Amino acid sequence: MSDPATRLTALGALASRSSQHQHPPVDRPVKIHAESLNFSYGSTRALTDISIRIHPNVVTAFIGPSGCGKSTFLRTLNRMNDIIPGTRVEGKVLIDGTDIYGPGIDVVALRRRVGMVFQKSNPFPKSIFDNIAYGLRINGMAGTRSELAERVEESLRQAALWDEVKDRLQTSALAMSGGQQQRLCIARALAVRPDILLMDEPASALDPIATQRIEELVYDLKKTYTIVIVTHNMQQAARVSDFTAFFWLGRLVEYDRTDKMFTAPAEKVTEDYVTGRFG
Amino acid sequence: MKRFEPLIEWALLLCALLSIGTTAGIILVLTIETFAFLREVPVTDFLFGTNWTPLFATPSFGVLPLVAGTVMVSAIAMAVALPMGLLSAVYLSEYAPLGVRRMVKPILEILAGVPTVVYGYFALLFVTPLLQQVLPGLAGFNALSPGIVMGIMILPLVSSLSEDAMQAVPRGLREGAYALGATKMQTSLRVVLPAAFSGITAACILAASRAIGETMIVAIAAGQQPRLTANPLVPIETMTAYIVQVSLGDTPQGTLEYRTIFAVGMLLFLGTFMLNLVSAWLRARFREEYS
Repeated sequence: MSDPATRLTALGALASRSSQHQHPPVDRPVKIHAESLNFSYGSTRALTDISIRIHPNVVTAFIGPSGCGKSTFLRTLNRMNDIIPGTRVEGKVLIDGTDIYGPGIDVVALRRRVGMVFQKSNPFPKSIFDNIAYGLRINGMAGTRSELAERVEESLRQAALWDEVKDRLQTSALAMSGGQQQRLCIARALAVRPDILLMDEPASALDPIATQRIEELVYDLKKTYTIVIVTHNMQQAARVSDFTAFFWLGRLVEYDRTDKMFTAPAEKVTEDYVTGRFG
Repeated sequence: MKRFEPLIEWALLLCALLSIGTTAGIILVLTIETFAFLREVPVTDFLFGTNWTPLFATPSFGVLPLVAGTVMVSAIAMAVALPMGLLSAVYLSEYAPLGVRRMVKPILEILAGVPTVVYGYFALLFVTPLLQQVLPGLAGFNALSPGIVMGIMILPLVSSLSEDAMQAVPRGLREGAYALGATKMQTSLRVVLPAAFSGITAACILAASRAIGETMIVAIAAGQQPRLTANPLVPIETMTAYIVQVSLGDTPQGTLEYRTIFAVGMLLFLGTFMLNLVSAWLRARFREEYS
């Protein structure tokens, strides 16, 4: 598969067939609906003709080799790519039926609804408390001091961090362990009450125990949120997700229930990837 | 070739030692002359006296008027340079398109390359007359005008170093803020600025140290009247301007009057040295946080 010519031939074959596999054959409500989405960095095309329907209150995993476009696609869902100069988006992304690239869309309000957790934990150089309170304050959701404290506690509890940090809320977030910092970032994202949570390889820098805690957390959170998680770890995708989308060379190759993707994928290239033959 | 290697090494070492030796020599001379001065003038009279008249028939060696002059001019300079420098740093780092930043930053840095004597005459012959139209009470020599001009001079130091500090804040932090629904302003002022705080403080302290040590502008435009006052409209004298005055005058070497410049110089050196140390320490801490 590493031979570029082989790859291109395979891709050509896919392009004609892939549409029938892009939507899992289930009748479920749709939370996020991307339609023929193209994306470029300057003159480099990163995503081509992505169409996908993501369902609420399930975990959807994006898998694929490095550079396949899975993170780029994730970042189009809360328009995080807007802050990178020279990027261009074509097509539509409907969230609850509204095109987030349509005219009159308030990007700030969009990002509050579509929270994001990054690959590298990025706590602000502030206290644990202020990290969580930041989003509440800037969005005018702080209310009284006791309300603020309540929301902070609630968010930390949701992220399974409260018991570890309740006695040191005023200490710097940078003094926490890597796994704690990442759960803090999850708590921070949850504090502004989004309904979608995007996670960009949230456990890739963590040890197995911290990873397991994040995965358990993802499992709990899907009751309340729609979760999209990018991962390069196929066991992780198999463990935490209900649906899996496989990206390859900037295209969505296959999207289906996770159990089907890992046991009986429709595409040869998906099978090769999930069985570890390349990537 | 191998035989030359040790030679080159020695030559390089010699160059390094030369500059260290020069610094050590300066400190040594300052110290010796300062102690010679303090043998004749009690240190408390020097540090806490409120009259500086070393060249009078009945001399008085209280350095406070000179210190006050230096502090006032520097404070005015910082009052000009801090807000303008910080705001332009925020603009350049967070708002300006890449093309604008690439153009504006070097232009701003040219300000730092203007010879200070030009700034001095600019203060005396342009800014003072201009200010006199609004402030009729302003004397021809005063603290205000050189303070403002000095502020413009150190502005690029504040803005350029602060911008560097803000640029060093990882992009992940900005993305984290944007992802929570922060606006550009909320991200710049409440995440990037605090995260770059130690770097920005280091830049400001370095600028203050420049202001305190700056000589030419105040020697030309502030007057030569050591005076303990908080009024920026009248002539004053700073520590640096006094040293210029005595060095250029006909005070005989080895006299007490002559030694005053070493004592004042020592005080100046200690002040700026402390500021530079604090600045270096802050910068090191800043680097630690984000590397």
